[in-house]
Amino acid sequence: MSSGSEIARAETAGAEIGILEAVPSGPPAPAILQEPGTLAAFWRRLRARRSAVAGLVIVGLLVLMAALAPWVAPYDPTATDWGNVRGAPSLAHPFGGDEVGRDVLSRIIFGARASLGAGLVSVALAVSLGLPLGMLAGYAGGWIDGAISRLTDALLAIPFLILAIALAAFLGPSLVNAMIAIGLSATSIFIRLTRAQVRAVAAEEFVEAARAMGNPPWRIARVHILPNIVPAILVQATLTIAAAIIAEASLSFLGLGQQPPEPSWGAMLNTAKNFMDEAPWMAIWPGLSIFLAVLAFNLFGDGLRDALDPRQRT
Amino acid sequence: MLQFLVRRLALAVPTLILASMIIFALQQLLPGDVATALTGEERDPQVIAFIREKYHLDEPLPVRYAYWAGGVLRGDLGESIRLQKPVSELIVEKLPVTLELACLAMLVALAIGVPMGVLSAVKRGQAADTIANGIALWGLSVPNFWLGILLILLFSVELGWLPASGYVSPFESLSENLAAMVMPAFVLGNAIAAVMMRHTRAAMLGVLGSDYVRTARAKGVSPLRVTLRHALPNAAIPIITLGALEFGQLLSGAVLTEQVFSVPGFGKLMVDAVFNRDFATVQGVVICTAATYIALNLAADLLSAAVNPKLRRA
Amino acid sequence: MTAAMTKPLLDVRDLAVAFDTDGGAVHAVNGVSYTLHEGETLGIVGESGSGKSVHVLAMLGLIPRPPGRVTGGQVLFAGRDLLTLKERELRKVRGGAIGFVFQDPMSSLNPGMTVAAQLIEPLRIHLGLDGRAARARATELLDLVRIPNAASRLDQYPHEFSGGQRQRVMIAIGLSCRPKLLIADEATTALDVTVQAEIVALVQELKRELGMAIIWITHDLGVVAGISDTVQVMYAGRILERGPVDDIFADPRNAYTLGLLRSLPDLSGSRTGRRRLHQIEGAPPDMRHLPPGDPFAPRNAFATPRCRTEMPPLVQATGAAPGHLVAAWYDLPRLLAPEAGR
Repeated sequence: MSSGSEIARAETAGAEIGILEAVPSGPPAPAILQEPGTLAAFWRRLRARRSAVAGLVIVGLLVLMAALAPWVAPYDPTATDWGNVRGAPSLAHPFGGDEVGRDVLSRIIFGARASLGAGLVSVALAVSLGLPLGMLAGYAGGWIDGAISRLTDALLAIPFLILAIALAAFLGPSLVNAMIAIGLSATSIFIRLTRAQVRAVAAEEFVEAARAMGNPPWRIARVHILPNIVPAILVQATLTIAAAIIAEASLSFLGLGQQPPEPSWGAMLNTAKNFMDEAPWMAIWPGLSIFLAVLAFNLFGDGLRDALDPRQRT
Repeated sequence: MLQFLVRRLALAVPTLILASMIIFALQQLLPGDVATALTGEERDPQVIAFIREKYHLDEPLPVRYAYWAGGVLRGDLGESIRLQKPVSELIVEKLPVTLELACLAMLVALAIGVPMGVLSAVKRGQAADTIANGIALWGLSVPNFWLGILLILLFSVELGWLPASGYVSPFESLSENLAAMVMPAFVLGNAIAAVMMRHTRAAMLGVLGSDYVRTARAKGVSPLRVTLRHALPNAAIPIITLGALEFGQLLSGAVLTEQVFSVPGFGKLMVDAVFNRDFATVQGVVICTAATYIALNLAADLLSAAVNPKLRRA
Repeated sequence: MTAAMTKPLLDVRDLAVAFDTDGGAVHAVNGVSYTLHEGETLGIVGESGSGKSVHVLAMLGLIPRPPGRVTGGQVLFAGRDLLTLKERELRKVRGGAIGFVFQDPMSSLNPGMTVAAQLIEPLRIHLGLDGRAARARATELLDLVRIPNAASRLDQYPHEFSGGQRQRVMIAIGLSCRPKLLIADEATTALDVTVQAEIVALVQELKRELGMAIIWITHDLGVVAGISDTVQVMYAGRILERGPVDDIFADPRNAYTLGLLRSLPDLSGSRTGRRRLHQIEGAPPDMRHLPPGDPFAPRNAFATPRCRTEMPPLVQATGAAPGHLVAAWYDLPRLLAPEAGR
């Protein structure tokens, strides 16, 4: 936003790329995969960090669970069962029943679709908008850069969640709108990151050389610049997915995301808070699921960042 | 120094203006007729016509913006249709509550985050570091509304020590005010604590590796004194600057925390406005938040530049 | 020499230091042994990576651990092995009996503390001085290093001093507790040439006044010539040659030393055909994978096959002044003889 604070951040080597609530702060990933030809070394380092591997495994399991939900869940998540209203955990219903008797376990499993889907889709949206705009701003410079940067600054002036809520409010409450809202809110983060990375890479000599050889800009961008900024984008994307999952849960918690009766972890928590006396288990499982998903993405993202440049490991 | 301030303001003001335009333009997202949507639940055609007239809804968007912006500069943020009160009045009522919550939360964050960060940096690579990092990661990954619910379950439902909701002005009863604020402040401060821990750790590591710390060690200064007298004061400025930016995030997190604990603050105002389709209020709240955030950024920049003259040229 | 007969102040035996990195262990110091007597000035010369700075830092536990670690050896200072001392005991030596002067005075002085505070700190820790006594001593120290108006400058911050003056302050800090040994690690490298000369002159005067032993670490042979009694040449973590300064300069026995001497610009114009600056061919070795034998062998035109397989021991050079030790399988004077005619 203001370069002074950026310098302050960079100086402490604790620079954040975005100011997302759930995004862990840490040094920015380097523009270039250090030491050419070390893809093998990268995998080695990634595999060596057990926490990162654990994160990836958990993410994989959750995605699998979400994808195979209809076959994994014991019950229909929307099927009410008046005999099980606020039922305590039992053999038949390991996670208990919610306020209209639906099986909490099944709702958790299906809820993964909303949460993970929202996380992935919104970040995909943010990257597909932010990456081109950032590249344009970083490479073209001049008034294009000025315009895009001012726009990004303005968007970043509004805290992420508040912008998402405002967008969701105006768009209307639904899961799709929540995804759009979160995605748009996160776009500015990627614009800023991409721009910074592009500028760093474009200053390198091999880009000068490519330009001198008469390569058109779009080719330079695609062949020379893009591959080198992908690592940093990947790290940020992973960490942003974590933030997006929390954002979707937050929006659903506020009633702005997934609408009933479709399950969503955040919405389940919203209902659960009204029944804390009678059915505390309703509150535990959805929250735990959110926590697990976010933790997994954070772990993996941290591991990615460290594997990309071990020298920057704090 | 004054030059620096002027230059920063010259950047900040257009950003704020641009942000306000974006916020105002959100209206366009509303499905259907703007007037009907803006009036909310009101169905009387006479009222709708009146609203249409009052807010110049037949004019094109830029003109409407001009009217609105003019009003904002005069301190008039429109009127809450639902509550029949000027938005600015509502904000002035609710903002202090949120500010108190935010300040308490920041205290919590600093009290937990900074010592943990210092410890982690000094004991880098050892068990204490790993544990502290793990705690920080968990703190970042926990959705704060879930944490709030869990705390309510424990301290209000189970133990009955603290109230689950409600707010008492500190001028009426300080003890009751604090009792009601303890859990929300802790919940809100939790994620920020994790971020502050990482900032502190990075800042301390940077300083601990510096030449003057090596000189201090070479003089025979004890490790405790090196940490507290030589390292921490020099690391404090980046920590404070970054902390100022996180304060902005507190406003965002307050939205959810106030919802969980029913604290009648800024955040709850926004959520209620969203549900009541009280868009004027939503816009008012968002623009206030953006303005506050920009102001905080500016303050952080000024602080950095005041301490480190090198930054003034930026 | 009388110095050789008294017990040495510092006795380094087979010191070895390594750093663990992702790419393997870097053996920065490999079996360094030497002695230093009271009042002696030892100049240690070498390139970056020769281990000249690392080994003194390691002696006092000032290298970052991890990733650094001392892998062997003893360092006897006034009879005690510094490497086995507990941290608390070692701290008493640091700044007390052994003082340091570091390279870059701008970054080596705490920007947020006054000069007085930084001077008084070691006085308080090692000499128990406080309050007025400490300030008086601090003023004395600034006087000692020839900073004008010492008393009024005590409460200023480092950035209010010039580069040369900051380095004088560093020296004052290093000498504050009357150390028996002052270690100056590249103390003049970051300074202008004229300021360098001033600082060197200052140190020479202080040496006469205070009589402490000095280890002067540098890559600059010119400075070494002016200030040292003994010179030690290090390369790839080993000592390749060592001896009285005059003898080393007049009669180098190691090819690396010769290379260093030859690369000094010669402005006298008395030698023909030497207008181009001489360079030592090649590059320093990869410290993670040191070849067996003499580490300088790959770059050494005079290397014998034995040099490549076996590390020569550091022994008295035949026909040189006593105390002139060299590690070389080849006989440099004989190999150079055909050139002696030039």
